[in-house]
Amino acid sequence: MFNLEEMSKLYEENIKEPTKDEAIDILSKEDLSDVDFIKLLNCDDLDVLEMAAREARRITEAYFGKNIFLYIPLYISNYCSSGCIYCGYSCLNKIERRRLSLDEVEEEMRAIKKKGFNSILLLTGEDDTKEGFEYLKSALKIAKRFFPEILIETGPLTFEGYRELVEEGLVGVTLYQETYDLNTYEAVHLIGRKRDFYRRLNAIEEAIRSGVREINIGCLLGLSTDFKRDVFLTIMHGKYLLKKYPKIELSISFPRIRPFEGMNFCYTKVDDLQFVKFIVYTRLLLKNIGINISTREGKELRDNLIGLGVTKMSAESRTGVGGYARDNPSPKQFEISDDRTVDEILLSIKSKGYNAEFTNWVMI
Amino acid sequence: MSFVIGGKTISSRLFVGTGKLPNYEIIRDIIKEAQIDVVTVAVRRANKNGIRENILDYIPKETVIMVNTSGARDHREAVKIALIGRELTNSNWIKVEIEADTKYLLPDNEETIKACEILVKEGFEVFPYISPDLVVAKKLEDIGVSAVMPLGSPIGTNKGIVAKELLKAIINEIKIPVIVDAGIGRPSHAAEAMELGAEACLINTAIATAKDPVKMAKAFKMAIDSGRMAFEIGILKEKEYADASSPLTGFLRGV
Repeated sequence: MFNLEEMSKLYEENIKEPTKDEAIDILSKEDLSDVDFIKLLNCDDLDVLEMAAREARRITEAYFGKNIFLYIPLYISNYCSSGCIYCGYSCLNKIERRRLSLDEVEEEMRAIKKKGFNSILLLTGEDDTKEGFEYLKSALKIAKRFFPEILIETGPLTFEGYRELVEEGLVGVTLYQETYDLNTYEAVHLIGRKRDFYRRLNAIEEAIRSGVREINIGCLLGLSTDFKRDVFLTIMHGKYLLKKYPKIELSISFPRIRPFEGMNFCYTKVDDLQFVKFIVYTRLLLKNIGINISTREGKELRDNLIGLGVTKMSAESRTGVGGYARDNPSPKQFEISDDRTVDEILLSIKSKGYNAEFTNWVMI
Repeated sequence: MSFVIGGKTISSRLFVGTGKLPNYEIIRDIIKEAQIDVVTVAVRRANKNGIRENILDYIPKETVIMVNTSGARDHREAVKIALIGRELTNSNWIKVEIEADTKYLLPDNEETIKACEILVKEGFEVFPYISPDLVVAKKLEDIGVSAVMPLGSPIGTNKGIVAKELLKAIINEIKIPVIVDAGIGRPSHAAEAMELGAEACLINTAIATAKDPVKMAKAFKMAIDSGRMAFEIGILKEKEYADASSPLTGFLRGV
């Protein structure tokens, strides 16, 4: 099991801003240690970041080539049995609840396919009912007819649950721990099964053992006041998973909190400098993991990050239920920042000298 | 300087990977300008069911496609991907790539052998990507693969031929062609591989991520041709001391 306590201790013992020379010495190493990573997370020097960004670009191109993979999320249901203060779908948030009918699911998928996507991320709220699982399974069966690569972002499932979905064609699981700080975790997850920190932490491994090949983990930046520690622990979690399961394809996301209708809590702002640092330094430590950036981020920042470590981007996302086949006024999980169409994003990627990819896997 | 491999007569000893290039149009230019006969294509990119660009549309008909199983985690997946790849591309050439390590992207030789056994029986021309291990190469030769493709150094590292002695052992001891794949960062690395007696080199990252991939492909082509030519002539041995042009001990033989 991921040793959270030991890694937290390592972080606490090494938080110290490095001198500029020390930071430059770290950058000259071929392989960074975990302590080096902590030091860089605590270094705000722009010259150091520029040097690191150049290296991050070189490494990313060496492993991924001049490619940016584009994906799209489809929210199929906003039913949720957990109450989390940072999420628009919280069961404590009085919004209209909807689950797309299976006909609507198909209609949405056809619309997404028409946009040129070959990969789909299916999302639901933390609906841990039997009915919710069967519904997800039915949606996945429909997705299999259109997409060679299907990922889900739902509440944690059991080994058997993941296994059933893998047999239906599930390829990837996105499951963010949100925060690795136990006190914060408890404070922001008010009710429901999501309150169980370790159930969520262990579910990732259940998914891997069941045969899921692509894993995406992350922390929601701004939940914990010590967001650098959260970044460190997310990366250590990823490193642990890679060591234990060397055949998985691991991606990391650093979503920043975005507003939603009915939002009523204070969070820690994470500025662009910190955000870019996390991406660049993560790339130096873990050279060939995927790094995701969603439409939570603005278009300028997203464009600027092409080539600096990012390998995957969502495009033309709708964060309410459905919304691709026809306009849907359903409440959104969060407000997006980059509202460009997929073709506009594609042009932007091309103008940077990169190739947009729409297929990351072939259904076998 | 043409040679026969996988049942085809090939002129260019430079094989090129297509997965890391900045756009698909450039593939045509590379093939034309650097006179490439063989390119590798990952099955997942040979997509025929969508509105987006299909890499296959950018590869001339006369170019040989070597389908790549990258992404496969074991021999079962590799075999399935190979079968799908053959259907999508109509090409019988399959590069078996099964990675077992996510840090150094090293191939899983054991799973690769299993996949090759099945694919040879299925009638493929099989090109396994392996760590430079003579025992594994011999086993693959016995199975009936068309060539072996040992790595020069780990994928994407540009470090060149890091295990020269191991590569030499493979080249010297097996009869099937040896294609050096992965880790070749500069033309001189490729020339070195060819001087050792490799039949061809497969280059991806060093061309794809160059500022001018077309020119870089040409540079690699020249290096590979030079290395091969030198190998065929017979490379002179390196010596510790200079050779005097007139014998120094000739007087003892009355010279």
